[in-house]
Amino acid sequence: MTTELAIVNGTVFDPLNQTGGEKQDIFIRDGKIVNSVRRKARTINASGMVVMPGGVDIHSHIAGSKVNSGRLLRPEDHRKDVEPRTKHTLSGVGHSVPSTRTTGYRYTRMGYTTVFEPATPPLKTRHTHEELNATPIIDKACFPLLGNNWFVMEYLRDGKIEECAAYVAWMLKATKGYAIKIVDPGGVEVWGWGKFLRGLDDTVAHFDITPREIVRGLCKVNKILNLPHPIHVHTNNLGNPGNYLTTIETMDAVRDLDDGKKPIIHITHVQFTGFSGSSWLNLGSGAPEIADYINKHGHVSVDLGQVIFGDTTTMTADGPFQYFLHKLSGNKWVNVDVEAETGSGIVPFQYKRGNYVNAIQWGIGLELALLVKDPWRVFMTTDHPNGGPFTAYPKVIAWLMSSKAREKTMSKINRTAKKRLDLPGIDREYTLEEISTVTRAAPAKSLGLTNKGHLGVGADADVAIYDLDPSKRDLEQNPIAIRRAFKEAAYTIKDGMIMSKKGQITGTRLGRTFYVESTISSELESNLLKEINSKFKDYYTIEIDNYPIAESFLHNPSKISCKAEV
Amino acid sequence: MKQQTTSSVVCTVCGCCCDHLEVTVQDNKIINAKNACAMSSSKLLGYMNERLMQPMIRGKNGFSNCSYEKAIDVTARTLARSRSPLFYGWSLTSCEAIEVGVELAEETGGFIDNTTSTCHGPMILGVHEIGESSCTLGEIRHRADVVVYWGSNPVHAHPLHMSRYTVMSKGRFRRSRSERKMIVIDVRRTDTAKMADIFVQMEPNKDYELLSALRAAVRGDEIEQEEVAGVSVDRIEELAEIMINCEFGALFFGLGLTMSAGKNKNLDAALSLVRELNSKTKFVIMPMRGHFNVNGANNVMTWLTGYPYALDFTQGFPRYNPGETSAVDLLARSECDSSLVVASDPISNFPHQAASNLASIPLITIDPHTTPTTMCSDVVLPSAHVGIETGGTIYRMDGVVLETRTLVKPPKGVKSDVEILSAILRRLKSIRRLG
Repeated sequence: MTTELAIVNGTVFDPLNQTGGEKQDIFIRDGKIVNSVRRKARTINASGMVVMPGGVDIHSHIAGSKVNSGRLLRPEDHRKDVEPRTKHTLSGVGHSVPSTRTTGYRYTRMGYTTVFEPATPPLKTRHTHEELNATPIIDKACFPLLGNNWFVMEYLRDGKIEECAAYVAWMLKATKGYAIKIVDPGGVEVWGWGKFLRGLDDTVAHFDITPREIVRGLCKVNKILNLPHPIHVHTNNLGNPGNYLTTIETMDAVRDLDDGKKPIIHITHVQFTGFSGSSWLNLGSGAPEIADYINKHGHVSVDLGQVIFGDTTTMTADGPFQYFLHKLSGNKWVNVDVEAETGSGIVPFQYKRGNYVNAIQWGIGLELALLVKDPWRVFMTTDHPNGGPFTAYPKVIAWLMSSKAREKTMSKINRTAKKRLDLPGIDREYTLEEISTVTRAAPAKSLGLTNKGHLGVGADADVAIYDLDPSKRDLEQNPIAIRRAFKEAAYTIKDGMIMSKKGQITGTRLGRTFYVESTISSELESNLLKEINSKFKDYYTIEIDNYPIAESFLHNPSKISCKAEV
Repeated sequence: MKQQTTSSVVCTVCGCCCDHLEVTVQDNKIINAKNACAMSSSKLLGYMNERLMQPMIRGKNGFSNCSYEKAIDVTARTLARSRSPLFYGWSLTSCEAIEVGVELAEETGGFIDNTTSTCHGPMILGVHEIGESSCTLGEIRHRADVVVYWGSNPVHAHPLHMSRYTVMSKGRFRRSRSERKMIVIDVRRTDTAKMADIFVQMEPNKDYELLSALRAAVRGDEIEQEEVAGVSVDRIEELAEIMINCEFGALFFGLGLTMSAGKNKNLDAALSLVRELNSKTKFVIMPMRGHFNVNGANNVMTWLTGYPYALDFTQGFPRYNPGETSAVDLLARSECDSSLVVASDPISNFPHQAASNLASIPLITIDPHTTPTTMCSDVVLPSAHVGIETGGTIYRMDGVVLETRTLVKPPKGVKSDVEILSAILRRLKSIRRLG
């Protein structure tokens, strides 16, 4: 049976198709955007409303072993935020680490339809997929962690770049992963011994390789494999004063590999690595310098990791940073290292307006968003739940769109921090078109999702309609209206079906899980398998036969194929 | 018939989930299990003993055989009538079955609990307070130079733990037994203790005191007593020195710690000790989980509801308060008016008051074998063995996830837990719809 839908009279913001606020009707048939539908098709009158493609979150920790450890660690987080069962939804809990179903519903309510889990330990990725299977409505994918992987470090140390590419291709296939994730390259391996690694040129003990070589090597591998998304990097030195230099150094480490086509490195949650100063006392914002670098160099994209004041749960694969945060805050701490691959840590945290450091962090994120000129290379995230839960996105949108909103918050933050930030002097305000860019079009483009992030004919019919009248002047003077509109979409349409209406979930379905397969030459593949086979027993405590995840394990898999150059 | 050998078979006995078994099958019978420990071979070669083959319903004259359809219908009707049913067990089945179980509990507005609440539950309560420093078992194999077993006897309960993952395993940075120090702390000289480099015999139920003293020693605080828990302070300080001076230490504990007096407070102390040690060196801690998928039960329940066990759906959203919403406590207070037990034998294991209450309410059991619980049940549904007769996902004690295999066909007509539970859920929903 064909299902058709027409969205008429809305004001459309579809930056990928150069539609920036024109009245345009959107037609949908069988889950895709089409040119026209029959006259009797169901019609939504979006008059006086904003129509955008469904939101795309490039970096949000929603599934997997560390997220679940975060849930287990924090019953107090759940008790204060429950979602009772309704006609169309099953119940759930969780403020900063919601249960899987609640995650799917909450994103849907905000008009988000695609969310990427950015850090999965390969050995435990079966767990990640189980949770993604249990996250309803939204489409999703996960990035396997490869920056501390023993095979990767050894291949790169030995200069075997093609073999490393073949290994990464095998790994993506085995884990049904989407992109190369690098977290604190080399630093998590060293943390296996409880030690810290600081600089980009420090040597990783026992592996005789530096973080710089890992980042450069995997950047080359990414190119060889023609993967849709660039390397996704959480830099070294995260959370340390002065780390903005490491961030710029990391971006610059791959500058010569740029081919001028599209960004080749994505630095994630750049707020956390945008600290200037030499101690907590003189901590400042490195955002102007980072933004300056990004404005001058086209090979980099970033996402924010915006801080939201309030209670949250920090969780990263950066085990050493989490230990540091535990010592700093005195809060409870979980650490889980994963053999031959990576680690992870979890610490509950409260960002306080009156706290000097937290206020500076809040400023860094917004400064970055406002100082980077090209909205196609800066994406809105809170690094959920590290900067704050994703449910705070409407707040961030209001800050970006309205200097009045920023000023209001700034009047309540630590005064010394306010004095030291550039933010009070920045008057840029995002337009709705730019919001549509940084929350859907640009991340979809960066992820290489050709059917997402836009409303052109043939695109997936993922649409968000917000009850916000763009014809009204002085929208920026009314941040409360902005927040209200983006908090609960008037309609969220996923694959052509209305999934939520005014914040109420009206139906449920299974979203897709994307994964990438890059085909390498059969000779390289067979040599690789021999080598992995010979070392696997030494590196892992499970058998190689039990490592790869079958496609059938994913409830609704969607493969993106590409061809490697080797 | 030809023999067929399958390798990399995942064992479904204890939390070690060893996956290097080679199982030979002939005529739909397992005839050999290479690499298996005594527990594992005994299960693989003896899984047909005391099997249930046919669903049964209790009538006036005792059990009578019936069809699955009938048993499922009676089960669904019983659950639909109940105001607060209890769903219990789950640690010896697959994650897929547990997911259906959680939905059943939510659909009926009942309680769901897994065997954690009578096992390593106190560990989880400790983690809520302190957190934990942990890792996958391979990290210990590669790096650990000190391994402590506390109140745990792996020689009998986790027979391959030491050879595959700890002291006797060969890792990247530790090649042999001589490069590792093994410490056993227990109330008696167990067979594991006999293999240790250092055995410390302590007084029963004094774990909290000994752990706290050790932590004080690690911090460099002076201990004023001469001995704690029957262990001299010199000895405690010596232990602390070994722990501080190792490169990578691991503390494994069994029910000897978890279920001794103090329970979750013992775990507070153990988790705090390990946290303290991390300011001096690298140290991890891990419970020796008993059932092959008890960790999976905790994980599935946590991602679906936020909480790992002892779940209460009576208010339309998940609530969690072990001690109030855990199975033993609910039954002891006679709060449940029916129960569905899956892959567990609570009648044998629960305290008398809880067990007798369980036997007095309508009781439905899904299990491959005849057990005291099935004997007390009103409806019995035979099921296939996960990892032998049907596949499914399971979680090793360290959270590594494995996919089990189907090695042989189940006895004729016998269904899997997932099939049975899904059919009950479907039937229940249709009864609800029809009012």
